[in-house]
Amino acid sequence: MAAPAPRSWIDVRPEGLYVRPGDFYVDPVRSVSTAVVSHGHADHARPGHDTVLATADTVAIMEARLRDQAGRNRRPLSFRERIEIGDVTVWLAPAGHVLGSAQVVLEYKGSRVVVSGDYKRADDPTCAAFEPVPCDAFVTEATFGLPVFRHPDDRAEIDKLLASVALFPERCHVVGVYALGKAQRVIALLRERGWDRPIYIHGALRSLCDLYAARGVELGDLRDATAGQKGVAREDFRGEIVLAPPSAIADRWGRRLPDPVVAMASGWMRVKQRAKQRGVELPLIISDHADWDGLVDTIREVAAPEVWVTHGREEALVHQARLDGFNAEALRLVGYEEDET
Amino acid sequence: MIRFAALLDRLLHTPARNTKLALLVEYFRTTPDPDRGIGLAALTGELDFRTAKPAMIRELVSDRVDPVLFGWSYDFVGDLAETTALIWPEALTNRAPPLLHEISDALSTAKRGETPSLIAGWLDTMDATGRWAFLKLVTGGLRVGVSARLAKTALAEAAGVDAGEIEEVWHGVEPPYTELFDWLFGDGPRPDLEGRAVFRPLMLANPLEEPDIGSIQLQDYAAEWKWDGIRVQIAARGAEKRLYSRTGDDISGAFPDIIDAITFDGVVDGELLVVRDRAVAPFNDLQQRLNRKTVSAKMLRENPAHVRLYDILFDGQEDTRALTFDSRRDRLLAFYDRERPQRMDVSDLVPFETRAELDALRLSCRGKPMEGMMLKRRDSLYLAGRPKGPWFKWKRDALTADVVVMYAQRGHGKRSSFYSDYTFGAWREGESGEELVPVGKAYSGFTDEELGRLDKWVRAHTVARYGPVREVEPGLVVEVAFDSLHRSTRHRSGVAMRFPRFHRIRWDKPIEEADRLESLEGMLE
Repeated sequence: MAAPAPRSWIDVRPEGLYVRPGDFYVDPVRSVSTAVVSHGHADHARPGHDTVLATADTVAIMEARLRDQAGRNRRPLSFRERIEIGDVTVWLAPAGHVLGSAQVVLEYKGSRVVVSGDYKRADDPTCAAFEPVPCDAFVTEATFGLPVFRHPDDRAEIDKLLASVALFPERCHVVGVYALGKAQRVIALLRERGWDRPIYIHGALRSLCDLYAARGVELGDLRDATAGQKGVAREDFRGEIVLAPPSAIADRWGRRLPDPVVAMASGWMRVKQRAKQRGVELPLIISDHADWDGLVDTIREVAAPEVWVTHGREEALVHQARLDGFNAEALRLVGYEEDET
Repeated sequence: MIRFAALLDRLLHTPARNTKLALLVEYFRTTPDPDRGIGLAALTGELDFRTAKPAMIRELVSDRVDPVLFGWSYDFVGDLAETTALIWPEALTNRAPPLLHEISDALSTAKRGETPSLIAGWLDTMDATGRWAFLKLVTGGLRVGVSARLAKTALAEAAGVDAGEIEEVWHGVEPPYTELFDWLFGDGPRPDLEGRAVFRPLMLANPLEEPDIGSIQLQDYAAEWKWDGIRVQIAARGAEKRLYSRTGDDISGAFPDIIDAITFDGVVDGELLVVRDRAVAPFNDLQQRLNRKTVSAKMLRENPAHVRLYDILFDGQEDTRALTFDSRRDRLLAFYDRERPQRMDVSDLVPFETRAELDALRLSCRGKPMEGMMLKRRDSLYLAGRPKGPWFKWKRDALTADVVVMYAQRGHGKRSSFYSDYTFGAWREGESGEELVPVGKAYSGFTDEELGRLDKWVRAHTVARYGPVREVEPGLVVEVAFDSLHRSTRHRSGVAMRFPRFHRIRWDKPIEEADRLESLEGMLE
């Protein structure tokens, strides 16, 4: 008997991607009875589900961020551990995006669909590397789905930051980072490149940094960025590196820092005018998403006959996948934010 | 090219002048010749390849990238050079990226048909930032927020000399400026300026304020009008004739009428004006002719330029800067009598006896094409820069109006977390009753402490947000000062202020008592 076509058992619903023979959703954007969650970013890990299946790291992240809204029943899964939900077999494979991030592998009557969630192909010391899984339909993100996005070596970007610290020792360097994933990756990279001074972090980054450290990701000496308050002199931050959410830097919080060089670690920093508009003085092109080459190469490597493209710049990636001979289409999933940071 | 690309990248993102200076100083100190000279030429606008037209770049990229993907990418990025730099496929090559002087040498000798393949070959050797800087360089227009003046100031700082020293020799040297760098950083001689129409740094005045107003000995000073144009210098030596702005930018290209009128050898200092039927036109008319590379015949006819001479720096070959003001004045008059150049005249001295008389003269400038009075010590030598004491400017009083704050915008650099740029309006009768119409925008004239309070007020009274701009509820009156008011078709109110700034914040004043548009219109020049 021929395996069923992927679109015959998977639907796009307002809540998200629905797996009909198992009656569950992958990364639903509203609360549902059963959700398989690929990773802990807020637009994928929503509050209020009855049952949540995810990696143990993702479950821990959801518990830290959503507390009693993290899902009534939480079922941690190891990578490659198989579980039956209805008539569907589900297992997780590493996605290389942030700590705990996974691709969701769905198998039904010999047909296999991989929902890759958000992913990247670049090496990241804070999470397990992406593993391609052969399948009949591959669901890919397209955040950086334009050929202008090519992320350079992240170590060279960190070296840019360290060179700037050396050039302006009397100023403080503040780096805008997303609280989950980017912050810890930048810290780990700084350590790898030899920055062994304390790193100062905004309060909003504290709990996730502690969680990463508790789960075995070495981050070194992290201190609270309390300059300009409680008897800490602004001047103490000269020559130091401070990490904060992007929104805090441009606003009143940023005033406590002594003449800061504003840096931002993001894939969007590749476009200079975009960086300039945001008032970024030192753009660092460090992204937790695959760049254009990463997306295109992954589609070729996974080699699924069908490619479904979700959030981001779908049309360009669909166009390229079709040029490469795949049966590609855009899945109109709503509710995933363009990751502005 | 790679070093220069890294510099441009950093400069583009740096708002602070001092940081830009530090980056430039570092570049000039550490980059070898002749590349740093080519870099300097590119920053000062002395280098003009313009060999690569946008159409050529498009053609090169369409050979390598799917046109559909390029189109979407261009829509997203919005800049041809940057889109091309980002999308250019990384090529495997053993060729090293080019040095700046290799680019400039090859492009200046290349035949027309060879340029595209040269450019494509270089693009293959560089990373995205290198390609971006390279494309900006060859298409003309770096736009990284560095003026020629700032680049020269940085060079002076790198070499530990006065910026005036660089200005003095600047127009006597040429890219790649090896002679200049040898003099500044090595043991080369000072570049020879004999026989060149070079810019000589101007002497500038300080504002006359308390307590100087009461303490200076007026009988030691000569008074003249401060004409409302732009300060310029004419330098002519043999066939070389140039018009320079106050900062030493060569603006000859925009003023061929003045250049044609130069029939003498020497260097003179004056005010550039538009003069029609012997009457000085408003500053707005001169504005039409500024910041242009070329000028149309119609523009020349409608806004004829004129230079009103103040001073003489070189009479023929003779340096007159070490003479006193009175002696230079005699030389200027004799020079003018002898040469009788078209489109020029000598600014008259204004006789006065008493301080009260001088004050009245100053106040009489309102409504005329003068900004006030200049006071120059009769024994003052012509000194570069802004020495304190010999020259004063005493401006007519500013105009003021009470206006209502309508919008606030975040500032830049140090002020990026503060709402520091304010748009304000005056009352008028609208279709549905009294309404505020914007009449200007100001971002200075308050203290840091006041800025803190203004910022708090804006945040507490926001009614709408548009990106970096907040609309605030009408509730705060500010007394703004401005130099003059002009008709403007570009503003909804039909008026535009010159140099508006905060004078006083009227925390106490009810908004109903702010000025009306009609009363502002009474101040139009």
